[in-house]
Amino acid sequence: MMPGLKLGLGIVGSVAAALLGIAMLSNFEMPGQQITVQRGFRGVAMETNYNPVQLAKYVAENKVPASLPQLPATGPKAGQVYKNVLVLGELSVGQFTRLMVSITNWVSPKQGCAYCHNTNNMAEDTYYTKIVARRMLQMTQNINANWAPHVAPAGVTCYTCHRGNNVPNYIWWKDEGPTPNKGGALEVSMGQNRASTSVGNSSLPYDPFTPMLEGDYPIRQQGETALPNGNRHSIKETEWTYALMIHFAQSLGVNCTYCHNSRAFGDWSQSAPQRVTAWHGIRMVRDINLEYMDPLQGVFPVSRLGTSGDSPKVACATCHQGVFKPLYGVNMVDAFPELKVVGQQAGLVQTSLMVVNPGVYPAGAQATPRMKPTPIN
Amino acid sequence: MAEYQNIFTRVQVRGPVYAGVPVTETSWTRSGKPFYIHLFGMLGDAQVGPIYLGITGIASLICGFIAFEIIGLNMWASVNWDIVQFIRQLPWLALEPPAPAYGLRIPPLAEGGWWLMAGFFLTVSIALWWVRVYQRAKSLGMGSHVAWAFGAAIWLYIVLGFIRPILMGSWSEAVPFGIFPHLDWTAAFSIRYGNLFYNPFHMLSIVFLYGSVLLFAMHSATVLATTRYGAERELEQIVDRGTAFERGSLFWRWTMGWCASAESIHRWAWWFAVLTPITGGIGILLTGTVVDNWFLWGVKHGIAADYPAVWGVVADPALTLPGAVK
Repeated sequence: MMPGLKLGLGIVGSVAAALLGIAMLSNFEMPGQQITVQRGFRGVAMETNYNPVQLAKYVAENKVPASLPQLPATGPKAGQVYKNVLVLGELSVGQFTRLMVSITNWVSPKQGCAYCHNTNNMAEDTYYTKIVARRMLQMTQNINANWAPHVAPAGVTCYTCHRGNNVPNYIWWKDEGPTPNKGGALEVSMGQNRASTSVGNSSLPYDPFTPMLEGDYPIRQQGETALPNGNRHSIKETEWTYALMIHFAQSLGVNCTYCHNSRAFGDWSQSAPQRVTAWHGIRMVRDINLEYMDPLQGVFPVSRLGTSGDSPKVACATCHQGVFKPLYGVNMVDAFPELKVVGQQAGLVQTSLMVVNPGVYPAGAQATPRMKPTPIN
Repeated sequence: MAEYQNIFTRVQVRGPVYAGVPVTETSWTRSGKPFYIHLFGMLGDAQVGPIYLGITGIASLICGFIAFEIIGLNMWASVNWDIVQFIRQLPWLALEPPAPAYGLRIPPLAEGGWWLMAGFFLTVSIALWWVRVYQRAKSLGMGSHVAWAFGAAIWLYIVLGFIRPILMGSWSEAVPFGIFPHLDWTAAFSIRYGNLFYNPFHMLSIVFLYGSVLLFAMHSATVLATTRYGAERELEQIVDRGTAFERGSLFWRWTMGWCASAESIHRWAWWFAVLTPITGGIGILLTGTVVDNWFLWGVKHGIAADYPAVWGVVADPALTLPGAVK
């Protein structure tokens, strides 16, 4: 063989091997490091796999902060002492103040009270953040009181989603995708076939949230009889369901078999009880998005809205953040009983004594650029 | 002779380049002066050419090019003509079949029309290439085995993209043109129709696929291992068995009690290879048209084992909760 050719082949081969090696190292886990937990009957492969490095990271990230000591319900009520207390008026002043300080720690530890309140007049609804916060309090109460099948016994507080951030990390907006060819002859966006972190870097539909976690588009696609019996669900619809399920798996740090027996995804009798919990979760998320997030659309400033002008919305990852139970199921809400009962649930605008001034920024939030959803990995 | 033990071809014979037997029954002739490429010789025959395209070859390449361009340009347009994104996201990009709402009607170009057109040209291209394969074999006085084997693969392709969508009454049932998208489609197809692993024709297809691999490995390993005794002159050994094939046959009789013959091993391999897409195509054809949920079909016919319910009764909340919606 010619020496030049041999050398050339050697160089090309080495470069190819190096590139392949880098690609593999960045995409694959070290073999033998996984922890596999068997959950189903032996032989059915219903297992959950953990990577110890990832697990350590999640354990560190999902710690519950210490709660302030509880205060007695005695003494004058917040609704009597302060003006414009519409949701928590029945609390004592001590309880009310404790919750306000806790919310500050959970949501705006840097900006403090001024993130929501006009410090010259705490009662005034000057900033959009105060309107949103009030609605979020009602939402939290609603989740704890009415969605026990999904959240009990651990319940939720502001911290479950916020984790010390003004805006929770894992939220979503309607994603209509790039539509450069609208009106032209070239193929329009079909809502899929992009490298999308929202669906685990698959080419599946990248926004299964709008139809299925805001709308109630049918998630079930499989037929319930062996032979055709009028089930007209398509393969394309199945891809949307598949995309949603990838979000579930990513958000909870589990695989399909956490809920399903993969040989018969639709069969409830072979499923884990967690699937029932998830079923309630889907309805809970729709309730949150429709009743609480969407109506705030006119309150949020433009920088908080999506490219389609829609409210930020929640999905599984908003609370779960990579863990099968948010904050590993540690109960935080028992220390805040006022968040477990439904207070005044009146409508948004009507409850406000002051004129709602949509989109007015509190100090420190003015420069916030439009957020992008953070992928769960 | 130890050279033959190598995985790669170490010996390259160089003589005058050959033009092959005369071309019959056509006005076309082979064109171009044959030449040698050393690198090709490491993997196969070092000689390149002469080339024969003919009418079907040229028409096939033109149709294939049209399909390739329709798919590629739509993919590129889908990332707004950004060349960097086109390269980066290429494995994710696709040309999708029309939405289910269109049924078997012809949709606008932008909503699946291009997919239909690309499918048409790709199918014509493949069909013309099949004709070419058949005609070239006949022209050389060969049997038509290669053409029929290719035809088996075309059967699976036609079932997936044409026959089954028509039986289902919707182009949307067909496969998108795209690297990851067609894989995601495959997974979604199996999920929608209740797990393809319980489809007996899928099972057969897997048997023939893995069987083909096994037979190919057994046969090629046997021939390579006995080349030093002349086994590479395989066709001569079919009619005049020499020590190479005696040894190879004896080896298999010793190791598994029975062996194929020098000729029949090729029939085994051909049938296994051809039956892979034929049975696979039948399995696809039955899915959704005759069977809607293969797992439940498997339960009905006693091929799906039952396992203890380790979690007790898990019931559908949509059925147990009053007023709940599925």
